Amino acid sequence: MTYSVRSATVRFGSTVALDDVTVEVPAGSVVAVVGGDGAGKSTLLRALAGELALDSGTVQTPPKQRLGYLPASSGSWAALTVTQNIDFVAGIYGLAGDELAARRAELLDRAALTAAAGRLAAQLSGGMRRKLGFVMAIVHRPALLILDEPTTGIDPVSRIDLWRLVSEAAASGTAVLMSTTYLDEAERAAHLVVLDSGRVLVQGPYDRVRASFAGVITQAARPVRADWAWRRGRVLHEYWPDATPSDPPAGATTVAPDLEDIVIALSLARRNMVPS
Amino acid sequence: MLDMRAMIVKEFRELVRDRRTLGMLIVMPLLLLVIFGYAANFYVSSLKTAVVGPQASQVTKMLPSFFDVTVTEPSGTQADAETLMRDNKVDVAFVTGQTPVLALVNGSNLFAAQSAVAALNKVGDQVKTQVLYNPDLKTSWVMVPAIIGLILTFIGTIITSIGMVREREAGTLEQLAVMPIRPSRVILGKIAPYFLVASIDMIIVTVLGILLFSVPFNGSPFAFALGAAIFLFVVLGLGVFISTISQTAGQAIQTAFFFLLPQILLSGMIFPLEAMAAGVRWIGYLLPLTYFTMISQGIMLRGAPIASLWLPFVVLTVMAVVVFTGATLRFRRDLAPDRPASPARGEQAAAETVSTT
Repeated sequence: MTYSVRSATVRFGSTVALDDVTVEVPAGSVVAVVGGDGAGKSTLLRALAGELALDSGTVQTPPKQRLGYLPASSGSWAALTVTQNIDFVAGIYGLAGDELAARRAELLDRAALTAAAGRLAAQLSGGMRRKLGFVMAIVHRPALLILDEPTTGIDPVSRIDLWRLVSEAAASGTAVLMSTTYLDEAERAAHLVVLDSGRVLVQGPYDRVRASFAGVITQAARPVRADWAWRRGRVLHEYWPDATPSDPPAGATTVAPDLEDIVIALSLARRNMVPS
Repeated sequence: MLDMRAMIVKEFRELVRDRRTLGMLIVMPLLLLVIFGYAANFYVSSLKTAVVGPQASQVTKMLPSFFDVTVTEPSGTQADAETLMRDNKVDVAFVTGQTPVLALVNGSNLFAAQSAVAALNKVGDQVKTQVLYNPDLKTSWVMVPAIIGLILTFIGTIITSIGMVREREAGTLEQLAVMPIRPSRVILGKIAPYFLVASIDMIIVTVLGILLFSVPFNGSPFAFALGAAIFLFVVLGLGVFISTISQTAGQAIQTAFFFLLPQILLSGMIFPLEAMAAGVRWIGYLLPLTYFTMISQGIMLRGAPIASLWLPFVVLTVMAVVVFTGATLRFRRDLAPDRPASPARGEQAAAETVSTT
């Protein structure tokens, strides 16, 4: 089964939050949505979660009973313990008794939250809270799992834990759509969607996105054109959309672009070429 | 100096954006001045009066205009007079045909009763005064039944609205919106604990009022519980409504305050309704606490049956239906998918199962 939004357009007043966006999320795979602030990531996820109606376009999702959603906010009830949070959500999905106890124990173990089961959500670290939110989103074994920046603001170890949980969910057949601002972790997804100002700049498997990238990226201490350059560590990278690897800009050192380079380069190209 | 100027400009900019606080700062003092000015009056200028018994007509003619005679019944008895009083139709009833004439005073309307007793004392031995329902004219006897309503209002509006708006503040409302639970069940599930807590509070306050202040409970506990339950639905509905027009707990408290203050001042709990200027009194008749106070004082002090309290029961029931339905519909909208401003609507296709909307 593949879930999707097709030709989705969402406007907030004069702002176009999504502009003719089509994204498919097949069962058993992870689709990562990347883009900067205001790119439309949360709008896309909320539209698929049924939390936001479209101006035009279609949405294909399972019924609410088979949908799991972790919003960008905390995702848990601060005054409830970890166990109580899980039990509350499980109760809404009709889980109870031994089935719930087994599922709860399994998820707490996988999320390394067993020791924190009796702690209030308000007393958890950011990473633990996001893991709890994740556990609450998958407690009912959803067919479609939507995660809005599950790893933002959490430590690297918790990010690894969360990615393991995401991968396990996909491996068990769940369709996962997640947004992230961390491009390194987005590379792990089966399918990437790069959004900028509500439009899809590029999408596909990471290798295909990289292969289809046109132009050349160079590195230098001082850029030729400031509008096309960005800092990577101690050096500056610069995008040359019309150049080719066989005909690079004279005197410059070309670099093999990673996903971060590709996303920034495509965003710059859109902004520099489209009159504001 | 520049830094302080920057601070002042920033504060004004924030204040201008916070329309609710700005409104409170400007409108509240004006409202308080006008309402207090016209409502703050303990002096009752006329008393609804019944005169019964063989000399009813003669006595009626002799009474000063302070006694506004609404019932003159020569065939009436003392029992009829007491029934009129129990039903709160009159403040004073003269029972003629005996010497001295018996003047019954409705002690559950404290200020009217105090004015009546003062006026009757001047008459001397011609009238024997008997205060019913509150013989010592104790303020606590009148206040405790009203305070029960005030406590229910407090829990119903302030505590409930904060509890509801907390979901919005924490961002968990959007999570509830995508879960397979009906909005009506979300609302009922959220208000049930407050209903229970308010009910327990009501029982505790009523029992304590009886034990500590010797306030009588002359009527039916069932009728009292029914009135309190209907009233609770009104104030809980108000709480839900307030939560739908507030983004934060602070806003909810501010808004609840707008609803709470008039109930304290204009429900007849402190200042008698009949002593208020007509321009302000009508506000009192729009407030649910006014009607609950009628019920609680009627049942506790006068032992009034439901039949004689039909008006406040009906008004509260209508209020409960209107407020609760309105609040529920507004809350449902909060849980429904957000609608972008554009008039065009997206078509939500059916999938393997069901579409999102």
